[in-house]
Amino acid sequence: MCLAVPMRLIKRDGDAGILDLDGVQREVSLALLPDAQVGEYLLVHAGYAIGTLDEEEAKITLQLLKEVADHSEARHDFS
Amino acid sequence: MTSPEAPYGRGAFGNPRAVAGLAARIDEAARSLGRPATFMEVCGTHTNAIAAAGLRRLLPRSIRLIAGPGCPVCVTPVGYVDRAEALARRPGIIVCTFGDMLRVPSSTGSLERVRAEGGDVRVVYSPRDAVDMARQNPSRRVVFLGVGFETTVPTVAAALDEAEATAVSNFLILSGHKVMPPPLRALASDPEVAVDGLLCPGHVSVITGWRAFAFLPEDYGLAAVVVGFTPTDVMRGVLDLVRQMAEGRPEVVNLYSRVVTADGNTRAKALVERYFTPEDQIWRGFGAIPASGLGLRPEFAHRDASLIEVDVCDPVEPEGCRCGEVLKGSINPPECPLFGRECTHESPVGACMVSSEGTCAAWYRHERFSQGGAP
Ligand code: SF4
Repeated sequence: MCLAVPMRLIKRDGDAGILDLDGVQREVSLALLPDAQVGEYLLVHAGYAIGTLDEEEAKITLQLLKEVADHSEARHDFS
Repeated sequence: MTSPEAPYGRGAFGNPRAVAGLAARIDEAARSLGRPATFMEVCGTHTNAIAAAGLRRLLPRSIRLIAGPGCPVCVTPVGYVDRAEALARRPGIIVCTFGDMLRVPSSTGSLERVRAEGGDVRVVYSPRDAVDMARQNPSRRVVFLGVGFETTVPTVAAALDEAEATAVSNFLILSGHKVMPPPLRALASDPEVAVDGLLCPGHVSVITGWRAFAFLPEDYGLAAVVVGFTPTDVMRGVLDLVRQMAEGRPEVVNLYSRVVTADGNTRAKALVERYFTPEDQIWRGFGAIPASGLGLRPEFAHRDASLIEVDVCDPVEPEGCRCGEVLKGSINPPECPLFGRECTHESPVGACMVSSEGTCAAWYRHERFSQGGAP
């Protein structure tokens, strides 16, 4: 449940951010991370960006999530 | 069902050579330590990562990794689920929850069963979705089940903030929120548990900052590391814990510094502070722990679903389930007589098997054939 997924911020309008994960876009609230910059990778948890991370870390985490998801028959919800 | 092999060994980030190299160094360090050591992880995602990568099998016998109370759904007591069910049975109420809570056993069934019987229980991805639900259903009260640790509470605080700012008056919270330090203090002072060091939860630390765990070395002389979720992260963490023990200088080492800072997300912490205040909470396996939860501040009583009167009986735990001991790290899942027999992922008995982050679920998925847990 404390899982957080890295996504890239591609557009923002106030607290509403559009984030991208492998071409899938999702609206995420930036209320907890008001200084987020377009282009940054953000950690997303339950519909909110909660932290910033560098690109390399983001890629490692994403690969890991994919492997876990493949392996555990995608039972995880990545909230 | 999945095979028990380690998935990370195949991918780019399993980095098997790095993991093997770290295992060798841990082995060497553990020898020079000259005594066994027990380390606890307190994050469901770590529990799963360790089980999935088969890390326990790579460690020397003298290093024991045990799981603690790191799964928010698992530590949520039966009484909370009973209350949520009673609310869901009321026609004027919609209960919104993260999906993990649906199958958690209550005294008499589960939220899933209540839903099948006509109760209004809806799964949401975010607390914001529950605020939207409240907007769309102005004649009913929408109760969001606030279950989670420091990572999740700010998202609920932000949803409350949105509801306040936009005058959505029918959005309420049933707070079962919990914070990590009090149970860790309880464990650190419990002679039965005998932990030497902790792998601190990475995503909790994103919010709290690593300094929130400084009490572990300072007050209890315990080694501590904040680590991420790859097998190399965890193995580096274990190596550092052994090093700290060997040097006799326990501290908090932040090995997840690309994400975790000393003070965490101050905006998130301020928002939590604005809506919530410490309160006693019951943890499965631990009982009531003072100031281990976050309840709504009195000025937001109009959003507090715990003040809605409902009929609930005394809570009844599932018979024979030893989740409480699993959560304290005093037994491993295979020591529960129901593990893999009456209690499986397909037909779970206790919360630790229900939740995808539960320790029993992690062992069942990945380790039941390797650690004497085969039924
Ligand atoms: S195996 Fe099942 S019954 Fe036993 S402790 Fe775990 S969840 Fe409870």
